[in-house]
Amino acid sequence: MDAQQYSDDARPVLEAPDIARVLTRIAHEIVERAKGADDVVLLGIPTRGVYLARRLAEKLESITGTKIPVGSLDITMYRDDLRLKPARAIGRTEIPGDGIDGRLVVLVDDVLFSGRTIRAALDALGDIGRPRAVQLAVLVDRGHRELPIRADYVGKNLPTSLRETVKVQLSEEDGRDTVLLGTRTTS
Amino acid sequence: MMRHLISAADLTRDDAVLILDTAEEMARVADRPIKKLPTLRGRTICNLFFEDSTRTRISFEAAEKRLSADVINFAAKGSSVSKGESLKDTAQTLEAMGVDAVVIRHGASGAPYRLATSGWIDAPVVNAGDGTHQHPTQALLDAFTMRRRLVGRDEGLGKDLNGRRITLVGDVLHSRVARSNVDLLHTLGAEVTLVAPPTLVPVGVETWPCEISYDLDSVLPKSDAVMMLRVQRERMNAAFFPTEREYSRRYGLDGDRMARMPEHAIVMHPGPMVRGMEITAEVADSDRCTVIEQVANGVSIRMAVLYLLLGGNDSAATAPSTTRTEESK
Repeated sequence: MDAQQYSDDARPVLEAPDIARVLTRIAHEIVERAKGADDVVLLGIPTRGVYLARRLAEKLESITGTKIPVGSLDITMYRDDLRLKPARAIGRTEIPGDGIDGRLVVLVDDVLFSGRTIRAALDALGDIGRPRAVQLAVLVDRGHRELPIRADYVGKNLPTSLRETVKVQLSEEDGRDTVLLGTRTTS
Repeated sequence: MMRHLISAADLTRDDAVLILDTAEEMARVADRPIKKLPTLRGRTICNLFFEDSTRTRISFEAAEKRLSADVINFAAKGSSVSKGESLKDTAQTLEAMGVDAVVIRHGASGAPYRLATSGWIDAPVVNAGDGTHQHPTQALLDAFTMRRRLVGRDEGLGKDLNGRRITLVGDVLHSRVARSNVDLLHTLGAEVTLVAPPTLVPVGVETWPCEISYDLDSVLPKSDAVMMLRVQRERMNAAFFPTEREYSRRYGLDGDRMARMPEHAIVMHPGPMVRGMEITAEVADSDRCTVIEQVANGVSIRMAVLYLLLGGNDSAATAPSTTRTEESK
């Protein structure tokens, strides 16, 4: 995704072991707050949120010993900036078999920025079912919210300026686990 | 993606695969309790039908409504067209009303192309069937049905129909479905064979990217999908074959013929079927016949096409390769 947008001097702020530890902590926090994670459904937002959701589910399963439903929730059709760019390819939405009605849905994404993606995800959820509650887990919160949205579980709070870029790379997609902080190249 | 969808021949392999993949995601919306996406909210789409149609018009309307577009239905019967209004004046009326896209079916081949390239109207144009020329969304939904059945729902994502042997049987001469399918299936890498009485094969067919045969029985055992075309009596003003009975004996698909097809092969029909003519009731009602599936897939395909033409901004869709000219702006 937008590789040329990131300058070469991007520096890592989280490395693979950090990401693993952060996900373990978030998994424990979810179990703590949901008192056992019995009715938790994890929904990742494509592309990288889906991989994070799967990793979180594995950690939750090893903590609780029960199977945690994981799915994906594509928000492309619910974006508020569709008309600003050419038509985008649509990602996969896969809701676990038992649905989300009455469950605790934890949305999972890589970076929380303007909050508009999460706004779209909440709209998308409303068309699919009625969860008992919706929570949000992100790997990085970089600030600059444009909507009244906050995360329930944050891997790392990363104060940034708007000229900086945050890029999450995951081994499933990019071959390695890292979070890169760079400056936007003005081209 | 280009700006209009006029002909299946305009689609590149990548365009076609993108439409099929997008349709696969759109199909999932049909399984949800709320079968609606907000994507085209506030956009107005006009269905301009100068020729009778049931399934195509309803299919487009369902697709438009599932994407939350506002729909205006226009049928030539009972409109100012019957008072003698020209296509140009109708188009300019729609333009003045602020229509964001036009879906057009017309009895004259080339009418959608004229509408898209003449500068009468600024909106994207989708061809829903013009004369004996093209019916691109039908070809796309047929290819989608074949990919689902022959390759698989999830396995098929990103793939074309490379090496699949598709046979189209019947009234090729009057069939826009056949033309669109030959173009698209060739683009997707399939091997197409047309089977028809010599009188129902169009002039110039040797330039089409397909084989021609007059013997259905020799082609059937080598087909992955057999598409039966309707004998279009309303377009027939000459005697193309001696009797209907002779036609259905030589070119109709019955249970015995279907048994000679490979185990995995499917029977397709664009509809409406004429039972007893090109297809027997036994075949039409069998599990191998995908007619109903094709109708369901049609809605997904049309959602995908409308999303890809209208979902983004205009400037990006206006690629330099479009046929639009300076004065049309």
